[in-house]
Amino acid sequence: MDYHIMRTFADSWGLLAMLLFFIGASIFAFRPGSKVLSDEAARIPLKDD
Amino acid sequence: MKHGSAIIGLGVATFLVLLAAGFTYDAAFASHMWVLFFVLLISVVVLLRRTTFEPAPVINRSAYMDEPIRYGVIATMFWAVVGLLVGVVVALQLAYPELNIEPWFNFGRMRPLHTSGVIFAFCGNALLATSFYVVQRTSRARLFGGDLVWFVFWGYQLFIVMAATGYLLGITEAREYAEPEWYVDLWLTIVWVAYLVVFLGTILKREEPHIYVANWFYLSFIVTVAMLHVVNNLSMPVSLLGTKSYSAFSGVQDALTQWWYGHNAVGFFLTAGFLGMMYYFVPKQANRPVYSYRLSIIHFWALIFLYIWAGPHHLHFTALPDWAQTLGMVFSIMLWMPSWGGMINGLMTLSGAWDKLRTDPIIRMMVAAIAFYGMSTFEGPMMSIKTVNSLSHYTDWTIGHVHSGALGWNGLIAFAALYYMVPKLWNRERLYSMRMVSWHFWCATLGIVIYAAVMWVAGIQQGLMWREHDEQGFLVYSFVESVAALHPYYLIRALGGGLYLTGALIMAWNVAMTILGYQRDEEPIGGAIPAMQPAE
Amino acid sequence: MSLLDKHAIIERNATLLLVGSLLVVTIGGIVEIAPLFYLQNTIEKAEGIRPYSPLELAGRNIYVREGCYVCHSQMIRPFRDEVERYGHYSLAAESMYDHPFQWGSKRTGPDLARVGDRYSNEWHAQHLIEPRAVVPESIMPSYAFLKTTPLDVGNMASHLKANAAVAVPYTQEMIDNAGADVRAQADPNADTSGLEARYPKAKVGDFDGDPQQLTEMDALIAYLQMLGTLVDFKTYVETGADR
Repeated sequence: MDYHIMRTFADSWGLLAMLLFFIGASIFAFRPGSKVLSDEAARIPLKDD
Repeated sequence: MKHGSAIIGLGVATFLVLLAAGFTYDAAFASHMWVLFFVLLISVVVLLRRTTFEPAPVINRSAYMDEPIRYGVIATMFWAVVGLLVGVVVALQLAYPELNIEPWFNFGRMRPLHTSGVIFAFCGNALLATSFYVVQRTSRARLFGGDLVWFVFWGYQLFIVMAATGYLLGITEAREYAEPEWYVDLWLTIVWVAYLVVFLGTILKREEPHIYVANWFYLSFIVTVAMLHVVNNLSMPVSLLGTKSYSAFSGVQDALTQWWYGHNAVGFFLTAGFLGMMYYFVPKQANRPVYSYRLSIIHFWALIFLYIWAGPHHLHFTALPDWAQTLGMVFSIMLWMPSWGGMINGLMTLSGAWDKLRTDPIIRMMVAAIAFYGMSTFEGPMMSIKTVNSLSHYTDWTIGHVHSGALGWNGLIAFAALYYMVPKLWNRERLYSMRMVSWHFWCATLGIVIYAAVMWVAGIQQGLMWREHDEQGFLVYSFVESVAALHPYYLIRALGGGLYLTGALIMAWNVAMTILGYQRDEEPIGGAIPAMQPAE
Repeated sequence: MSLLDKHAIIERNATLLLVGSLLVVTIGGIVEIAPLFYLQNTIEKAEGIRPYSPLELAGRNIYVREGCYVCHSQMIRPFRDEVERYGHYSLAAESMYDHPFQWGSKRTGPDLARVGDRYSNEWHAQHLIEPRAVVPESIMPSYAFLKTTPLDVGNMASHLKANAAVAVPYTQEMIDNAGADVRAQADPNADTSGLEARYPKAKVGDFDGDPQQLTEMDALIAYLQMLGTLVDFKTYVETGADR
């Protein structure tokens, strides 16, 4: 594997794949159904000292 | 015997250090080993004086381990004052070069002392103290590791002392924010692994089913900093009894590795770790849960994913290949989104409690910190755009930018967290004085605004002067004319820094008095609730 | 297993969280940095680049020690004003033997990538001793102590060896002669033919105005005077292949 193959991949398909992964992760976290768990976790700091 | 193993270990180390000082051919190494020798000797003497042969008192294993945090709070306050003071000194050195005292106190050796002093000593101790505080309370578990926690705390202080004295002695790798030489780096690696063990161990034995999001940020900060530190500091020592080492990488590769490190020191040390602080202390002080927990999860993954790519924006238009520069720019601009997501999340936590801004200066400080976080994470991506960067790079604009982040975001959120913790840690009803917190807030805010504004103007003027051509196509200004033009700005900058330092001194007094158990007799902020006036 | 449960796993498993975040941060670093380590073979070829002579290397170490990089860059960007002010823009090849790189990030003082041959040795010595004597508006600290500090040349060979260990092409001959070369380069009476054969274009002679003593200032000026002088830009042809 030489430099040119790697650099071309890094700034084209590699970049696109990363972007898609990121968008996917965002949708995943905001899917309906995670709300209950999140609200539960959000209250942890307020429970005690 | 109390401290028995620590005394023996330190005693042996002291002796070995003495041998190293004696056998080295390198004068700088010998001086540095003498410093280490006296530090270790003092710690042995202190431990010997404190030792007892009575049976150790029973430790309550169910209680939180707060003693190291108390030490951490005091260390944070101490290093804040030291780091900021050195900052004011170096600012004045740029205005009045006569203040350089060669060789030890020349600007070139003092600036790393300032940057490491505020980043690693002040911010680092703030991270240690708050992470230990937060992880226990959100896991409802005592810190894991027992005396290992003390090793982390004192080991880290030793790292700071060795790094700082090394700079003044001229012992440096000349990699920005990673200046300590190879043996100090190795020591930090050991301490850092111990830190990871303590933190992760505490999370693993938690009594809470969830890992609260603040701990995610702290954990990623610890892990990533470990990786960055090890890779960036790979080097070849000339001798095991000498200071000098040569970086494993050279030229372009070295530059990219260094700025991959440098940028992520900002991203993980000064952002991820401090966001952990935000996600715990803002909800606590406002007494309401974080605005959107789900947004905080997105914030976490997006931030750690995007930050790691952004390093090349420090190398625009250099000999780094163009594609890497462009990649760095694209990711830097994308970073703007999670950063502002986090800012909105922090600010909106206060929705419904905005009246507290008027009566609670600690909340005010937190809000200002988050606002400065938003501002500098907007300015940063903007400066990473290549056309903007062509003007801003190498100028004081960059200096202004990092200070709006460091003083505004890191400084204020750390101070607010300290103000929150001190009465709780020392079982005081309240701080010595809330009015002094308010004074601190205004000194600091005014100081930052002056600093950032004046450096912004100075940087742009500098950049424009460098590139100004006349009608014949000649450069209008010589370089030194741009230096002379900056003198007034450097003076005002020192004033801004001085104001910020004044705020920190007020805080140090306030914290000390709180710890000593005093309460200032003063009228509450906002006054009493005004009585209803009957309608006329 | 529903999506909801998977979510809960990450949220509740510390080790998984640790591995996950480490994975996310390494991928970015690897994709971006790894290709550059294959660049070594294809770095633009520039005639004349050679490892530093022992005296230049010692001078560079003083440059590093004093933190000169906090105010001076060594990286000229390809802009009209920079090229006019400082000279040809910097090539990657010009810092290929720099451990560490010294590109810098701030210009409180001017760029030094091509400061070599621009001023006389006397000017440099005077400027380091009292900067404002030659540039009244300068805000640079004084480095007069360099002139009175003898250069430590005790183990020059091990410095070259350490560099060779990180792939700087120092030959055995260079390492063997390191101790003699470091003295010869600043000694006006020495036979420097061997040195100049090993390190073409090396500047020789006294640098700090005191031929009797080999000082740190000799080394630093020797380094400054060679900066940016190795590549002959009259014959350099730009290929631009690996940008």
